[in-house]
This record gives sequence, structure tokens and C-alpha cells, in this order.
Amino acid sequence: MSTTEPLKTLAEPWDGGETASSRALAPAAPTPIVPGGSIAGRSLTAVVAIMTFLAALTTGAVMMVVGAASDWQAEVGREVTIQVRPVPGRDIEADVRAVIALTRATRGIADVRPYSREESAKLVEPWLGSGLALNDLPIPRMIVVKLASGSTPDFAGLRGALAAQIPSASLDDHRGWMDRMRTMADSAVVGGIAILGLVLAVTVLSVTFATRGAMAANRPIIEVLHYVGATDRFVANQFLRHFLMLGLRGGAIGGGSAIVLFGLIQGASAWLAGTPGGDEASALFGSFSPGIAAYLGIFLQAVLMAVVTGWASRHTVNRTLESID
Amino acid sequence: MIRFENVGLRYGLGQEVLRDLSFRIDGHSFQFLTGPSGAGKTSLLRLLFLSLLPTRGLISMFDSDTATLSKDGRATLRRRIGIVFQDFRLLDHLTTFENVALPFRVVGKDEASYRAEVVELLQWVGLGDCMGAFPPVLSGGEKQRAAIARAVIARPELLLADEPTGNVDPNLGQRLLRLFIELNKSGTAVVIATHDIALMDEYDARRLVLHDGRLHVYD
Repeated sequence: MSTTEPLKTLAEPWDGGETASSRALAPAAPTPIVPGGSIAGRSLTAVVAIMTFLAALTTGAVMMVVGAASDWQAEVGREVTIQVRPVPGRDIEADVRAVIALTRATRGIADVRPYSREESAKLVEPWLGSGLALNDLPIPRMIVVKLASGSTPDFAGLRGALAAQIPSASLDDHRGWMDRMRTMADSAVVGGIAILGLVLAVTVLSVTFATRGAMAANRPIIEVLHYVGATDRFVANQFLRHFLMLGLRGGAIGGGSAIVLFGLIQGASAWLAGTPGGDEASALFGSFSPGIAAYLGIFLQAVLMAVVTGWASRHTVNRTLESID
Repeated sequence: MIRFENVGLRYGLGQEVLRDLSFRIDGHSFQFLTGPSGAGKTSLLRLLFLSLLPTRGLISMFDSDTATLSKDGRATLRRRIGIVFQDFRLLDHLTTFENVALPFRVVGKDEASYRAEVVELLQWVGLGDCMGAFPPVLSGGEKQRAAIARAVIARPELLLADEPTGNVDPNLGQRLLRLFIELNKSGTAVVIATHDIALMDEYDARRLVLHDGRLHVYD
């Protein structure tokens, strides 16, 4: 490229009068061209870590709700109930026996169990108190029908037969309840996705502001790099290296914290299993047992946050460099 | 090597700061660029260094029309030009060695491939003992020599210097001028922008004089 002769052939032009031998330190590993300290690294790492943690918690919560709803649906869906109301002029005990006989004759039914009068009294005990004279109250009788595994009994036929033969009996296949559960679970998923979207948006905005700040703070360095012939791609890579590392660090901290928290909750729920509190929590929220898939999901979220950080900073760096010439 | 034809430059909608500039800079040549403050010396240097594009006219550098170059193309062309600033523009967080080696780093060269060359040049400009020092602890003269070393390490065909002696005492200014003369003897074309008459009187060279945005050439 150059037409100049090698500099070593030149005469010595400098007498070396102004030197300081104490400063003749051999350069160690190459210093990053963009100093890490000029980027709001700790703050941004904290933001990415918190956002990754929140994303993981959201995912965990949604998975727990969906899992619990699925468990509830599976449990409720395996049985139906038949209610026999006391009607004047009809013998409720005879009606219960007739319902049991009719139900047992239906295909796909594994078990039929009527609630006794005492069990029925227990069902209303929280509202009416104990020691009731059940004969004085028109308390309906419940019959729990368990379905055989993998079968789909003819509920329409059973419902028709009940209406024809025992008008005081009605069948509840819990469809309305399950629909509400399904809606709630779907709402939780949609809410979770919305929160994840917000988390990603906050991350992108934070990274964008941090990148702009870093580029403004390092404007003199960018100018010098251009003066010595650096392309925009080279300049961009000097910044992207920092932000990608920062995103990976933040993602690792946030994701790691979430994994530790999930592990602790899982351990605690296993430890509390069998205790009244543990059983109540399990009944309310289902069993919290994130599997390999959940942990893999958290790991992927941490990687996603690092990728989002890298993408947002690349986008900002490129746009800023376009405006600099 | 470089040809300006009827070049004009204006910032925004203002008046032209440079008007109808037509001149050549040949390879291996040495010239001073001078003129009163505000005459447009720095603007002309920026045109020469491709950090500005003219609003009219033609600038041909190394047989390329600069108006048709992409941003990457301009970056590649800049590698054939070295520039020295009055305020040095050294990166304070890099050692003197790393500052001088910067032109090699930006083209992706491995340190092992240029280390000996940088050390040799630093010794040549009298900074052999300061390779590991950071710019804030260097004297003004040392900083300027480091800046010159950075500008010439990649063997540019053209060296531009914007008031290189503006921040140093006259004695040091003369020594820096001798350094530029040595570089010119080695084959590098040199343009020194200065309004230091005494410095120009030290060396008989072509003078490009800017006045009111117009250029007068005294060969």
C-alpha cells in the first residue's frame, strides 16, 4: 500500500532526552478499546438480572397455575355428581336407590357412591352448624359417580333416563366448572405472556438507554477509531462485546437465582408434605414440582435475555454510528 | 495523489467556508497549510481526511472519487492517511504502545505480527522507555510524538498534521518539524496546518495559504 521506505532505515531523529525509564512497562494483555468502566455495567447487569428473575418467576407461576388447573380438571373430570332433591310425595331414599341402579347400568362407570345422610349433613355443616335434625330440612342427597379410565359414558342418555324415571334427580358433569377453570388457566397464560412482553420491553429500553449513554460517553474513542481507519462494524463490535457479556452475566445471575428459589420451594414443599399447612398449600396451588423442562425453560430465558440485550445494543450502536461520520 | 477541483464547502445553510479550491497534493511532497484563524484550515483538513464531504466540486484521492465511496470505502481509504491533532487525541486508558498500535488493531492484526514494528517506531521517536505508560503521565512533547507515531505506524502515503506544534514550546516544535521532515524523506507526503510563521521559516516548502475561504498556492 505505502510507498514509504521502512522507518528503521531512517536516521535517528530523536535524542531521547525526554524519557522516563520507570514508565517502560511492557504491555500485558490488550486493553479493551472501549473501557468497561465507561459503561453503566453494574446497573445494567442488575436490570437484566432482575428482569430475567421476574421472567422466570412469571413462567414458574404460570406453569404452576396451568399445572394446578390441569390437575383439578383431570380430577374433577374423572367424576360426575348426581343430585337427588327431596320432592313432596316422593321417597328420596327410593329415588337414590333407583339412581344408583340406573347409573351402574350405564357403560363406562367405575363406581357409584351415594353420600349418606350424615355425610350430607357434614357438607352443609360450615353454613348451618352441627347437630342438625336432617329430617326437618330439605337437604338434597349427592351421589358421586366415578368414571372408568379412558371411557366416555353417554351422559346425554343418562341425563334423559334420569329425567324420565327420577324427575327429582339431576346430573352435573362439571362442564361449567371445568370451562371456568380452563378460562382461568388460559387467562393466566395470556397474563404471563403479557408480563414477559413487558419484561422484554423494559430490558430493551434499559439496554437502549445504557448503550446510548455508553456511546455518548465514548464519543472521543469512536472518533479516534474512525481516524485510524476503523469501519463501523469494528467500532460496533467493541461495544457489543461488552453488552453481550453484560447480558450473559445478568441472565446467569437472574436465571441462577430463579433456579435456586425454585429448588428451595420444591424442597420446602416436599419437606412440608403431609403437614396440615403443606396439604393446604398443595390443595390450593397444586404440587410445585418443576421438572427438567421448567429448569431448561429458565436457562433458555436467561439466554434469551442475553440475546435481547445483544440485539438491542447492536440496533442502538448501528443507528448511532449511522449518525456519526 | 490528491486532486481538488472547484471544491466548495458550507455548513448547513450558511455561507461557503471554502470556495473554489483547486489544487493537487503529490506523493512524497511536503507543504504547509496556513492562514488566519477561521480561514478554514481545519475544514480543509477534514475534507482531506474524509470526515467531511464537499458540498460541490470533485475530490479525487488515490484515484477514487470520494463522493462515490461508501462509508466502509472511506474507512479503508483513511488507512492510507495518517493524522496528527493539536490535542493529540490519544486514548487515556490505553498504554502508549497500545495507542500507537491502534491502526493495526482496527484491521484485525495479531499483536505478535506488529509488536516489533511498534517497539521500533517508539524507540525511533524517543518513547522506548514509555511503552507501558498511559498518556496522562506523558509530557506534552511525549504525547505529540506518540500521536505522530500512531499516525505513521501503518506507513500512510499522506500525513496530515493539524497545528502539531501548537501545544509545545518552540524548541520542541522545531524538533517535531525535523521528525516530519524525516518522515517525508522516507516517502510520506506531509501537510502541516499551522499559523506558526517561525516554524514555516525553518523549512523551505510549498505553502497553501487559505484566506477568506479561498486557497493561494505558493510553490
